Amino acid sequence: MMHDMTDALTRVLRLGVALGAIALVGAGCAGSTKAKKEGDVTWPPADDEPRDLTPVTVEPETVVIQNATVMTATGETLESGSILLEDGDIAEISDETIEPPEGAKIVDGEGKFVTPGLIDTHSHIGVYSVPGVQAHADGNEATSPTTPEVDAADSTWPQDPAFGRALAGGVTALQILPGSANLMGGRTVTLEMHPGISSRAMVFEGAPGGMKMACGENPKRVYGSRGRMPSTRMGNHAYLRKIFQDAAELRDTYEDYREKLKNHSEGDKPTPPSRSHALENVISVLEGEILLHVHCYRADDIVRFLELADEFDFEIRSIHHGLEAYKVRDILTKWDISVSTWADWWGYKMEMHDGIPYNAGLISDAGGRAVIHSDSPIGVQRLNQEAAKAFYKAKHAGLDVTVDDALRWITANAAWTLGILDKTGTLEEGKRADVVVWSDHPFSTYAEAEKVWVEGHREFDRSREGEPWSDFEVGQGEGVRR
Amino acid sequence: MKAATETEISSRPWWLALIWLTGAAAIVLTATPAGAQTVIRGGEVMTASGDTFEEGTVVIGADGTIKAVGQADMDLPSMEGEPEVVDASGKVVTPGLVDVGTRLGLAEVWAVGSTRDHDRGGQSRIRAAFRTSDAFNPDSTAIPVTRTGGVTSAVIVPAGGIVAGQSAWIDLKGNQVGHAHVTESTVGMHIQLGPRRARRWGLRSRAAVLEELRELYDNVTYFDEHREDFNRNRIRPMEASRLDLEALVPTAEGELPVVFHVNRADEILRALEFSDEVGLDPIIAGGAEAWKVADRLAERRVPVIVNPHANLPARFSALGARADSAALLAEAGVPVIISTFGTHNVRKLRQLAGNAVRAGLSHEKAIRAVTETPAAAFGQDEGYGSLQAGKRANVVVWSGDPFEMSSRVDAMFIDGESVTTNNRHRELMERYRTLDRRGEPADQRSDDESADSTSGSTSE
Repeated sequence: MMHDMTDALTRVLRLGVALGAIALVGAGCAGSTKAKKEGDVTWPPADDEPRDLTPVTVEPETVVIQNATVMTATGETLESGSILLEDGDIAEISDETIEPPEGAKIVDGEGKFVTPGLIDTHSHIGVYSVPGVQAHADGNEATSPTTPEVDAADSTWPQDPAFGRALAGGVTALQILPGSANLMGGRTVTLEMHPGISSRAMVFEGAPGGMKMACGENPKRVYGSRGRMPSTRMGNHAYLRKIFQDAAELRDTYEDYREKLKNHSEGDKPTPPSRSHALENVISVLEGEILLHVHCYRADDIVRFLELADEFDFEIRSIHHGLEAYKVRDILTKWDISVSTWADWWGYKMEMHDGIPYNAGLISDAGGRAVIHSDSPIGVQRLNQEAAKAFYKAKHAGLDVTVDDALRWITANAAWTLGILDKTGTLEEGKRADVVVWSDHPFSTYAEAEKVWVEGHREFDRSREGEPWSDFEVGQGEGVRR
Repeated sequence: MKAATETEISSRPWWLALIWLTGAAAIVLTATPAGAQTVIRGGEVMTASGDTFEEGTVVIGADGTIKAVGQADMDLPSMEGEPEVVDASGKVVTPGLVDVGTRLGLAEVWAVGSTRDHDRGGQSRIRAAFRTSDAFNPDSTAIPVTRTGGVTSAVIVPAGGIVAGQSAWIDLKGNQVGHAHVTESTVGMHIQLGPRRARRWGLRSRAAVLEELRELYDNVTYFDEHREDFNRNRIRPMEASRLDLEALVPTAEGELPVVFHVNRADEILRALEFSDEVGLDPIIAGGAEAWKVADRLAERRVPVIVNPHANLPARFSALGARADSAALLAEAGVPVIISTFGTHNVRKLRQLAGNAVRAGLSHEKAIRAVTETPAAAFGQDEGYGSLQAGKRANVVVWSGDPFEMSSRVDAMFIDGESVTTNNRHRELMERYRTLDRRGEPADQRSDDESADSTSGSTSE
């Protein structure tokens, strides 16, 4: 929807567009979709569109990458392909040489590989910034087991040096989530890798909102250690049922109020119910207006969350970490829930004990949507290697996976998980120019992202080695920052 | 159930048979135990001792040592009986990898305290007598998992306090008691510098850590010279227990290396200065900013253990962390060692080494950084770290470049014995390869042909 509206993506006022996107998403989350169905009555009222506080003037590049191996993540690879980036979009892809338009730059792709920009569905960059000091611990509002009212965007420090490193790894978009101390950690935000003076300036245009929830060990440990509920898995579940129940009731109250507004007589104006920003965010989950991301490891914990979704009739977009997702991959496939997982991380805690490096491969083999995420400012720098590891592990075990499948684990499937597959995640004409040129096959350990375009802006070029992303890294001495 | 990888045993080529026939007459050997003799032939042999044979041979004797390394067409040393032959054509042969910064066998599940033994605990900041070898669990499921990464040996490292204790050298031979085992119970003394340590132990400055160490080593020297007095209780009060002091004596004599866990450049220099003061043989671990003082480290040939993935200014003592620090150190002549500093993910060692190459380290030096250099730094190079006659036969046959994720371990030998890379992960995968009888034991399933016949259904 936003894609059409912002078709002329000149990005002259980048922030203006981004803020507009926020406003729309924000409006959506406040239960307004429901109201729209009713016709005239809009309640609760949509939040005011925030003013454009930090306008930036930048033009996207017009560039033709020629003669490269173009891995589209749509199932097709062009052995000697060309791709034209224009006005922030992919204007043309061809297996023949594209004639560069007037004034276009030409990138010789001989021996190089081109992929969609990589997407990380699980990052805490900016909410747990480096250096990892207490003052940077902004990811867990661990003062209540459910804090659906908080928003990771309001914690994100755009000067986290880790952003720059992720970009250099070919990442063009990522989702920043609150941590997993809470059963309901708060709103997530999807960012694009343009440097910005505020997190709002980095928001991925048109990306739907998200909600982070968690099950299993973390919430019960954090609150149980304080002698509070939840201290058990049953406590986790009961606590979640309660808040979903509260949200469902508030939704009914709002619905009643809208009915009364429609039908009330003159002089008999109904009193509006008291609002809850927190529960409105939960209602947005129930209504499917924001995407639900659930941190969950064990197969039975996953199934228990599916039961909750069944009971309250909401959808789960992605199970995050999901180390035992392979045990229930058929169900997750049938429910069309993606699994955002690692290539081979395991062993840290009890609920990670059955994590196996075949997880993504088994899910993919079953027709499910596997995603390799990082959850780490180190791992995000080599999502391509992580996908490669999981791919070859699966391949060697005789599972049915292709290179294109595995590329989709870090591009198209990740984009789907964040609700932005119509805009990015594959190399297709009309999509955003989120593009990476690699020095080698991206599944080679030695491959480096050489050039990274984010919506047509060359945000990274290894041959230039320009200014650091982060102000923090300015003036730290000769040779520092690589 | 099939093992994850199996040694490919080729039928012997005729010329090999000839060699044995002609050699047989000359064989007069004392009776050897029925250990396997193995000839690995045809692959690219990276010896990690300077030579690489495009097509080489590695001969493993019945005693578990390497008998010969050379070109593919080399004359084989005389052997009793017929060796097994591994056709390594098109493959790559390296020494078993070594990770000297691990907690393998010291923690089964990190967040489960009862399975965790790397940290002595208690109030003492000085734990020199603490030995990780006393807690090593050879049955850890992480050990067979680690073998999938071609790792055959590891050093298991303590943490906690300022002097954390002694690390041990282990071989990853099996996961049965008596197989994976400690081969050297003390290979290093571990000291943790830096502000985090200091604060944890009630000190408010990194300078206070050095002060403590000076006091401690003053005691060590005094203790060593006045043992009689100590035993008669006629000695001034000591800052550490007798066992701690005793354990530190060999470090002060330069016989046992001291591993300083430290990142900031100036603190690395102080560790070197302190080592000179009291006569230590230092190794730097972590070393995020070691590249800044590479010349000083090179001058003294001080080994530095780095994690090439650690390129973030993750803390104030590591603001200079760089992806290419291994390359910079090597260029300056510093012996570079690569470690995961891990427990469950030590199998990633080859990926880390590959990323060091990506950032500019030569492939050959990267191989050495996970084989020969760590073995030498911890005094184990007589038996470990390279493919040379006389050393233990810890050998890995890779399907390709060990640093590429597309490669895997095709065959692996520890002490000349073929070891499997099968592991709990693989077994879980097989158990859930089909979901028609979800969660039922895999061996029951394989007895049931009707279940087997539907095994393809989940991929549809």
